[in-house]
Amino acid sequence: MAAAALAAEIADLVAARGRPVTLMEVCGTHTVSLFRSGARSLLPRSLRLLSGPGCPVCVTSQGYLDAACALARRPEVILATYGDMMRVPGSSGSLERLRGEGARVAVVYSARDALRLARERSAAEVVFLAVGFETTAPATAAVVLAAAAEGRENFSILAGHKLVIPAMAALLEGGEVPVDGFLCPGHVSVVIGAEAFRPIAERYGKPCAVAGFELEGMLAGIRALLAQLAAGEARVDNAYGAAVSAAGNALAWETVARVFEPADDAWRAMGTIPASGLALRAAYRRFDARERFGVAFGPDVQPPGCLCGEVIQGKVHPPDCALFGTGCTPLAPIGPCMVSSEGSCAAWHRYGRLGATPD
Amino acid sequence: MREADHIVLAHGGGGELTQRLIAEHILPRLGNPLLAPLTDGALLPATSGPLCLTTDSFVVQPLIFPGGDIGRLAVCGTLNDLAMMGARPLALSLGLILEEGLALATLDRILDSIAAAAAAAGVPVATGDTKVIERRGAGGLLINTTGLGELLPGARLGAERVSAGDLILINGGIAEHGLAVLSVREHLEFATDLTSDVAALDSLVAALVGACGEELKFLRDPTRGGLAGLVCDLAAASGVGVELDERAIPILPVARATAELLGLDPLAVANEGKLVAVVSPAAAPAALAALRAHPLGARAALIGRLRPAAPPLAELLTRGGGRRLISRPYGEDLPRIC
Amino acid sequence: MCLAVPGKILDIAGVPSDPLGPMATVDFQGSRLEASLAMTPEAQPGDWVLVHAGFALTVLDEAEALRTWDMLREALGEELPLPGAPPAGEV
Repeated sequence: MAAAALAAEIADLVAARGRPVTLMEVCGTHTVSLFRSGARSLLPRSLRLLSGPGCPVCVTSQGYLDAACALARRPEVILATYGDMMRVPGSSGSLERLRGEGARVAVVYSARDALRLARERSAAEVVFLAVGFETTAPATAAVVLAAAAEGRENFSILAGHKLVIPAMAALLEGGEVPVDGFLCPGHVSVVIGAEAFRPIAERYGKPCAVAGFELEGMLAGIRALLAQLAAGEARVDNAYGAAVSAAGNALAWETVARVFEPADDAWRAMGTIPASGLALRAAYRRFDARERFGVAFGPDVQPPGCLCGEVIQGKVHPPDCALFGTGCTPLAPIGPCMVSSEGSCAAWHRYGRLGATPD
Repeated sequence: MREADHIVLAHGGGGELTQRLIAEHILPRLGNPLLAPLTDGALLPATSGPLCLTTDSFVVQPLIFPGGDIGRLAVCGTLNDLAMMGARPLALSLGLILEEGLALATLDRILDSIAAAAAAAGVPVATGDTKVIERRGAGGLLINTTGLGELLPGARLGAERVSAGDLILINGGIAEHGLAVLSVREHLEFATDLTSDVAALDSLVAALVGACGEELKFLRDPTRGGLAGLVCDLAAASGVGVELDERAIPILPVARATAELLGLDPLAVANEGKLVAVVSPAAAPAALAALRAHPLGARAALIGRLRPAAPPLAELLTRGGGRRLISRPYGEDLPRIC
Repeated sequence: MCLAVPGKILDIAGVPSDPLGPMATVDFQGSRLEASLAMTPEAQPGDWVLVHAGFALTVLDEAEALRTWDMLREALGEELPLPGAPPAGEV
């Protein structure tokens, strides 16, 4: 079976290297898929997999969430959000709690649904929480363009899209996390293209491999990284050719570029990373909820004892956090890494607890 | 007086409208010799074996979903609780809480479902109660059913009987009910071929007990929390580790794809027409044959086993040959992008 | 970070000039969702697309998509209906 063969090759490559290897899977979906598929149980112990800043909920600053809650409290606002954000604890409660207290918070599958809500409820102000990485930004951009085209006045977004590569670069610049190579997010790459990771490989000398989310694909990506390491090379391999091209979806990226421009952005516990977020261009600023409602992003304050910021940078292993599984559990989470279904802490708690799955 | 098309508070007042509701809507559909006199309770003949009592309340939204409705669910859910205890059903009680504004046509449809499900199992709705509440966002209708059953001869069930080496069976494909209901939830609507698997398992269980006797050690239905919740509970209650083989768990392609679409683990999705049986290895062939001979067990499969583990955890052998922990599911906030 | 699922386009309605693009009905082994083709206007009925949050992000190579399907069949060891085939009569 393909998975067993790949696992055997990986074991040989790691053994031949003679010292432990640390790889970072940037994407939260990879973190979960590596656990759920049983991949981690097939990999040698001296291959360490670290989770990176690839969970949109986890990297969204407390300040963004508090602004979202403030908007939800306004009686004229219907807040439209992806389900991921509902249970994240802000400074004074989560969106789920606010909904329970009577705030109008609508969970949507698509940004299109948020616009449709604005069409149907012309007396209300619909604010869409635009979070997610490059995979999700094109959808928001298309919806903003549609809102502009139809002259929609009761629709706005709280811009929170983030860019993966500046975050990877910031981690490497910080030099605190020894990562030998990156398993790159498959669906972000569908949009930005595999070649987008070339600067990471070339400037920092780190092997990169784009992978999908099936077991064989992820193992193929890991094998490619180990092969690069063995050969002393650093480039971008693409193990998800069925969906990812070198250049990505140009039309999707052009759509994003029409509506948004790169801006400095605050990442949870990582501070401000230059040009790592997407802000509305001047021509579309009227759809910016912050300007429309005079709401500012609050400070990024971490709950006491919460190490989510360190976890998303790969500095802390979730089971090593003092709160893990005791004061912080999926039912009573303290930080977003435990709330989010793709959060590293939630994944470890759900699949890796009690040593059932090897580290 | 022209009859209203919807439930009004007066329907619960005990007067004329209440009588008419019972006489014209409820009794004609559910009527049986036990219920018809409309006395305060129903007298039932004594039984020779131990009695089993169970109760459940049903608050599903929306009331009607592909493959069924709250009425069918209310009958089958309680019949299944009796069946999981190894009891054959004797009688049901039916408590209806109607919300002001509920369309009478909807009530009629649900009463028809209740009647059909009860009749199919040969179980009377022996007694009941109706209340009306003012409009308060309760979704129109809440139902409580209580079931009385008699333990089947030869049935000895309990997690404490389970031991390492025992085998785990299921009667068919998972994840259909939960996904079918999600497909008609307001913020999620999508078209699907999926239908709820809601069904009464009493005759299937009788066949299983008949085939295996005391070699059938444990029965449970994977409702809320799905198969994952069930095996976690089994491991904890029995003190024995559980191992499931992902490749052996039956699931329709549409259920697998729909779960993936929504970011759900099929193991965590509710089922309403499935049972999980733990049998001794010697009894497994007979158990599987008994299941497969029954319409509700055509896709029955051996899906796992009990094995020593300290602590007793539930693990999955994954499709790709790896292993991972099975945890009790938490509530999911849908839809998600991640 | 990216829940995206492959599905097959059954039909398309609407015009490319709409910012939300033509809308496709996409079939996922028997469940159907509407997805915008704003990012993939070249997609045709019968094409496989990867759908994320209500938008098709790319057209997939059909051979690759079917190969994934074969992997599933092999893994499950049973007859699965091919994509697009009428659903099987019994559970």
